Amino acid sequence: MSQTPQTPLEIQDRFGPHLNYAVGARLATEVEPERLVATHCCFCGQQCGVHLKVRHNQVIGFEPREDFPFNRGMLCPKGVKRYLQGAHPDRIQTALQRDPDAPGGFRPLPYSEAIRRVASEFDRIQSTFGPDAIGVLSGASLTTEKTYLMGKFARVCLKTRHIDYNGRLCMVSAAAANKMAFGIDRAANPWSDIPGAEVVWVSGANVAECAPITTNYIWQARENGGKVVVVDPRLTPLARTADLYLPIKPGRDLLLFHGVLHLMIQHDWLDHDFIRQHTVGFEALAEHVRPWTPARTAEATGLPEKKIRQAAELWGTARSSFLLHARGIEHSTHGVQNCLGAINMVLASGRIGRPHCGYATITGQANGQGGREHGQKADQLPGGRDLANPEHRAHVAKVWGVAPESLPPPGVDCYEMMRRVETGQIKGLLSICFNPKVSLPDSTFVARMLDKLEFFAAIDFFVSETAQHADVILPGSLHEEDEGTVTQVEGRVIKINQALDPPGEARQDWRIIQDLAQALGRPHGMTFHSPREIFDELRQASAGGVADYSGITYEKIEAQNGVFWPCPAEDHPGTPRLFEEGSWNPVAKGAGPFYFPDGKARFQAALYTPPAEEVDRDYPLMLTSGRVISHFLSGTQTRRIGPLVDQYPEPRLELHPRLAEKLGIEDGEWVSVESRRGLATLRAQVVTTIRPDTVFVPYHWGDRRSINRVTHAAQDPISKIPEYKVCAVRVRRASTEEREAAEADTRSSMQIGATRAAGETALGSGRLGQGVRPS
Amino acid sequence: MSVPERFGFYLDPNRCIGCRSCVQACSECDTHKGHAMIHLDFVDRAHSIQTVPMVCMHCDSPTCAEVCPADAIKRTEDGVVQSARKPRCIACSNCVLACPFGVPKMNSSFDLMMKCDMCYDRSQAGKKPMCAAVCPSGALFFGTREEVASLRPRSRILDRFEFGAQTITTKVKLMVPRDSTELQVDVTGALEAVPEEDPFEEIALEGFL
Repeated sequence: MSQTPQTPLEIQDRFGPHLNYAVGARLATEVEPERLVATHCCFCGQQCGVHLKVRHNQVIGFEPREDFPFNRGMLCPKGVKRYLQGAHPDRIQTALQRDPDAPGGFRPLPYSEAIRRVASEFDRIQSTFGPDAIGVLSGASLTTEKTYLMGKFARVCLKTRHIDYNGRLCMVSAAAANKMAFGIDRAANPWSDIPGAEVVWVSGANVAECAPITTNYIWQARENGGKVVVVDPRLTPLARTADLYLPIKPGRDLLLFHGVLHLMIQHDWLDHDFIRQHTVGFEALAEHVRPWTPARTAEATGLPEKKIRQAAELWGTARSSFLLHARGIEHSTHGVQNCLGAINMVLASGRIGRPHCGYATITGQANGQGGREHGQKADQLPGGRDLANPEHRAHVAKVWGVAPESLPPPGVDCYEMMRRVETGQIKGLLSICFNPKVSLPDSTFVARMLDKLEFFAAIDFFVSETAQHADVILPGSLHEEDEGTVTQVEGRVIKINQALDPPGEARQDWRIIQDLAQALGRPHGMTFHSPREIFDELRQASAGGVADYSGITYEKIEAQNGVFWPCPAEDHPGTPRLFEEGSWNPVAKGAGPFYFPDGKARFQAALYTPPAEEVDRDYPLMLTSGRVISHFLSGTQTRRIGPLVDQYPEPRLELHPRLAEKLGIEDGEWVSVESRRGLATLRAQVVTTIRPDTVFVPYHWGDRRSINRVTHAAQDPISKIPEYKVCAVRVRRASTEEREAAEADTRSSMQIGATRAAGETALGSGRLGQGVRPS
Repeated sequence: MSVPERFGFYLDPNRCIGCRSCVQACSECDTHKGHAMIHLDFVDRAHSIQTVPMVCMHCDSPTCAEVCPADAIKRTEDGVVQSARKPRCIACSNCVLACPFGVPKMNSSFDLMMKCDMCYDRSQAGKKPMCAAVCPSGALFFGTREEVASLRPRSRILDRFEFGAQTITTKVKLMVPRDSTELQVDVTGALEAVPEEDPFEEIALEGFL
């Protein structure tokens, strides 16, 4: 039912992506803003502070915000140009209904009618097929208030078990590993512990492009005499000047961690006191890593033995350290095990819970942290509580004023939800803040599943590739059109401040959700008047849980420039550093610093399994995917911002010159990369900065250049994260037909927005006279 | 008004990650919105990820001003070399060709040379220039000598550059490793530099290929 109504080009003409550039008040030099709004960037998990310049309900520019301690004014290009997502020609300002005869395949629909239509379809489907026949897909770029409301809406209003979120593609491996080893899922340290570390170890994180501000913390550590170790199949900007760079074979990170631990044991680079007092399971782990001699580790990881020994010595002999990892080790069918391997290295060193001694995953999405704590995840309730735990259900049910048994059981991950569309268990879908057609692996399957739905409603501010499949699109809000909290990479709860009102009939997302609940005739617990009211209920719901927000208020966030959870009381300042000696938590109750009844951390004998798909004669190369700095995730926003597209206009396939020569491919040439799932066509970039047995493609695009047509939907058995970081492919010169198709997609993705006056260049409007100052 | 004497501009290409925040932020500056004055280039992308940001170095004896036939380029008393004065600039591009750092740009749509002026409106007021305010790697830094001394203990300052026979001293300082022995940057000599070590040298193509 929910098939895309028209050809991609017709949709594109009407709904974009079009490139938006600064015009009018945004370009004029004499225009003063009415006010500066102190808020944060909408993109990654670092949540840089920024001032938005506001005039006539439009953001006209930015000003560095030096008072926010995390970034002190620093921004990446996305933060600089983020404002161009507003006042955008592609912005949805009314509800839309699919209509094959309308331009672009959608016609405007009065908002109230759209809400009624969605409610009546959901009601029909649930009456016929049961409550679980509706699925909800949510996202980790929403404020924590919205993520809390989405979980409550699914469990209390829709009563469906089928809700999950796009953090499934991001943070879940690290989250699961952290819970298994520490009993809590949060960065163990504030970033201010990085500059004092003697060794900074970075595994599977392209910090410079995916967490740019973190670069300065790492360079500061080096300036203070620290050493930087980078493990990555690509020579990233951080790796270029790292003290030690280990160009690991994709998918083998756990074996390096095992190999390093093996050498730590052999050389007695261990903190025996810490291991004895604060951990359990070391003996079994020591036995488990015994086979991982340097020679065997080198063979398996594709690294020179010498570099493994150097890395182990640097790590083993350091007095202070900070280990960081990200999707590079987490996007794996053994992603949880990879993270456990990294944690084992940290625990064996005893360097955690103290100044300059830390560990963290670099959370990807804006609210990657907060968005995974308060109940939009398939198995979770607010406060980091478990949906399967009777005590946890009882606590939250009480706050929600419902019977514990009325709460549905845990559901399944978002990819499994797509499979349940295939089997007919899910017939209707509501999505918000999620673009699965671009971001899920093996995406042609995902597109087919969207088409198979009986009814699909999307809340969005642009018609994303996924929303193109919707029957009804409800006009949601941009980041700057609402207020609320977000928990950034360090576990610091910060405040997003509203700068604008939503345009036209667009609504703040939480209002749309509540309007749906009302129209369904199930308004219980969905009658909040403001994000603050939602937050106050969330505080109660989280009270006593591991992720305890009960002592956090909007005022305290403003006064302290952020509050680190846990914060269990209003007079509690928050907890920047976890696991400090003598610290109290609600699980250990004083028995020790870790979140288990005995207060001790768990070494886990992490089990290596090879990638789900190894190279073979037919598919002899490893494909790894990732990001570039000027785009974000599925590109719904950044592919619409002209200066960011100009910076990186189209996806490129990176390959080493030795491989290129073997394949007869030249720099800039169109190539097709093909797996057992599908094919993408894009241009080659021949560089010496990647392993010769591996090719890399960024994933921000949704058309015939989309690498997620090629990637593998194999998932980690615990976290259910897909294995984006390695699968088997072949690469060849593109056929004429493939090249022409990809060229057409490139052209259509580069159309300039209607608000841009004719004759303007990418440099500006030419009205510069006032800007040039006499000296 | 002039840029307060205690502030300096420090450039450390070693830290640069090529993110182009500086370029994007430069074009947001109120005095030249839509036009970036800073340069950010890959040295040789095929063989390295290295990038170098290039602001105006604000030479003590600016070549651009020396070759200007219209006397359109002024160096103010605080040592900042200003963008060309619109009433005087004849768009001859002498400065563009002469600047050893390749900084000035000729904007043909206004018949005007435009270049980095250290965000004069901001830096005069003690605010950081846009590029240095946003730079996430600290490759571009605007601050006091004391800040530099405390934040960059492993670095030292160079402000002499050699281009063949021409020696130039600049207001903008280049950060180099403290243990280096160079007294000046031999720019033309650096063109002969040995390439970086190849970390992938020992990695073979898979047997299936």
